[in-house]
Amino acid sequence: MAGNSDVVAAPVPNLREPIGIPRHHIVLFSLLLAGLVVAPFVLYPVFLMKVLCFALFAAAFNLLLGYGGLLSFGHAAYFGMASYVSAHAAKIWGLTPELAILSGTLVAAVLGLVFGALAIRRQGIYFAMVTLAFAQMVYFFSLQAPFTGGEDGIQAVPRGHLFGLFDLSRPEPLYFFVLAIFFAGILLIYRIIHSPFGQVLKAIRQNEARAVSLGYHVNRYKLTVFVLSAALSGLAGATKAIVFQLASLTDVYWAMSGEVVLMTLLGGMGTVFGPLVGAAVIVTMQNYLASFGDWVTIIQGAIFVIAVLLFREGIVGVIAKWTKKPL
Amino acid sequence: MFELIGIPPQALFGQLLLGLINGSFYAVLSLGLAVIFGLLNIINFTHGAQYMLGAFVAWMLLNYLGIGYWWALLLAPLTVGLLGVVMERLFIRRLYHLDHLYGLLLTFGLALIITGIFKQQFGVSGLPYSAPALLSGGYNLGFMYLPVSRAWVILASAIVCFGTWFVIEKTRLGAYLRAATENPTLVGAFGINVPLLITATYGFGVALAAFAGVLAAPIYSVNPIMGENLIIVVFAVVVIGGMGSILGSIITGFGLGLVEGLTRVFYPEGSAVVVFVIMAIVLLVKPAGLFGREI
Repeated sequence: MAGNSDVVAAPVPNLREPIGIPRHHIVLFSLLLAGLVVAPFVLYPVFLMKVLCFALFAAAFNLLLGYGGLLSFGHAAYFGMASYVSAHAAKIWGLTPELAILSGTLVAAVLGLVFGALAIRRQGIYFAMVTLAFAQMVYFFSLQAPFTGGEDGIQAVPRGHLFGLFDLSRPEPLYFFVLAIFFAGILLIYRIIHSPFGQVLKAIRQNEARAVSLGYHVNRYKLTVFVLSAALSGLAGATKAIVFQLASLTDVYWAMSGEVVLMTLLGGMGTVFGPLVGAAVIVTMQNYLASFGDWVTIIQGAIFVIAVLLFREGIVGVIAKWTKKPL
Repeated sequence: MFELIGIPPQALFGQLLLGLINGSFYAVLSLGLAVIFGLLNIINFTHGAQYMLGAFVAWMLLNYLGIGYWWALLLAPLTVGLLGVVMERLFIRRLYHLDHLYGLLLTFGLALIITGIFKQQFGVSGLPYSAPALLSGGYNLGFMYLPVSRAWVILASAIVCFGTWFVIEKTRLGAYLRAATENPTLVGAFGINVPLLITATYGFGVALAAFAGVLAAPIYSVNPIMGENLIIVVFAVVVIGGMGSILGSIITGFGLGLVEGLTRVFYPEGSAVVVFVIMAIVLLVKPAGLFGREI
């Protein structure tokens, strides 16, 4: 994303960034955690868990787009395939939920490694088209493979007992389990962004030729961030399958890939908190507009057009500009 | 009659014919994408929706105004192409100075809006569109039966593909176009209206998609999601062909249709993914595509 998406770093060159964590980030993370601990007592927990799963998915996607500068249009492949694998592992193999989620994540990582290695051979829009085509391959596989249940998907997935101890069929343990996964995922992404690896990624995004001339193996960095993003998307998808006890074609269909792009774009690409806000807005909108049928698609399309034409920094990007602080 | 590796020749040639028809659609659509990409540097994600629009305009012309297939072949691309011109003027124009990815995202959003509106109005079940009387019947070629309507699709798309190739590669207008893709500023300095050229090119590319839609209307049922899955296969075709050359997209389009048909004979389960598998192999061996220039 040439330059203009990097609104966050533009106003003040923040030299301290790689050394320490900015204080307002610690405050925001604490507020986020505190809010999410209180939230299930105020809001419907299943809705909150849906938001958390999609927020993690969007954050994982943003790691690739916002920091790696790589627009994948096929992230539903990792999200959806992981949800199938974890649903299958929990239901047919009878694995405990943590192992089921782990196996889903692992499969997503391997898939990301194979597709990523091929896709990074092309750049820009070609890269986007290649990732989309691969995802469609996964979709047709999911439609035909015997273990995915075709049009029906895998239903009635047992939630099981976490570590054999906590009964996840009760809402409270389930919510805090999902919250723990979400928060660990977000912190990991934050750590990756602010590591030396993340700095090199930013350098590659801003000027690939210069990064090459500095001696970085650019493709190795791109592939690594692709696999990390795929694995974390898989983590989100696998968790969603356990929470909703369902893995279906919706999660591998390319509309899902579009949705995660929209969440990231609306919230603010290349910001830490943007994808979380974007996911919350979109999931809320879908929940409340569900009865309007296809209007949801039309409104999502309109948000896409408005965001691209007038609002490229996204919600959090605009706030970051006002407060002059990287968010 | 002879048999080919246990496959009756009727079935083999039947599938090859179906493959060739699919290939015709791939060729016209990827040609439209290539024409637009060449001058605007934008992957037109709305292409699938515009293909669907072409079919719907043909259907509306017949059902609301009583205008038949032959006029629809002319009127529908014209209408949808004009709509494309409006889209380019209103939206796409504002993105040329930005990263190409924003063009992809914008056209994706527009596709969602158009598809959503038609789903809202017509539902996802298909509407029938009857073929004109002239296209009924068929020829017996001895080894297979060739319906006229199918032969017409292949012939029509071949003519349109050849015509487009001829205009771009062999005429003065095409020379301006090719020059403008290389260096728009310089071409503008020669007194050629480059923004107009760009708008017209987008309109023409969109009209190609709509033309394919009209051709598809009597063969498949007309429905709002008819372009959704097709366009992604076309993207794969584009990656395989390499987008660099007009001829490349035509040859790759027809060729991959045939390959798909063959796969449906020998390994039916693989027919939906064979194009993507070929894409993976091509990416491994020749990342720029079969006819593409290295970028």
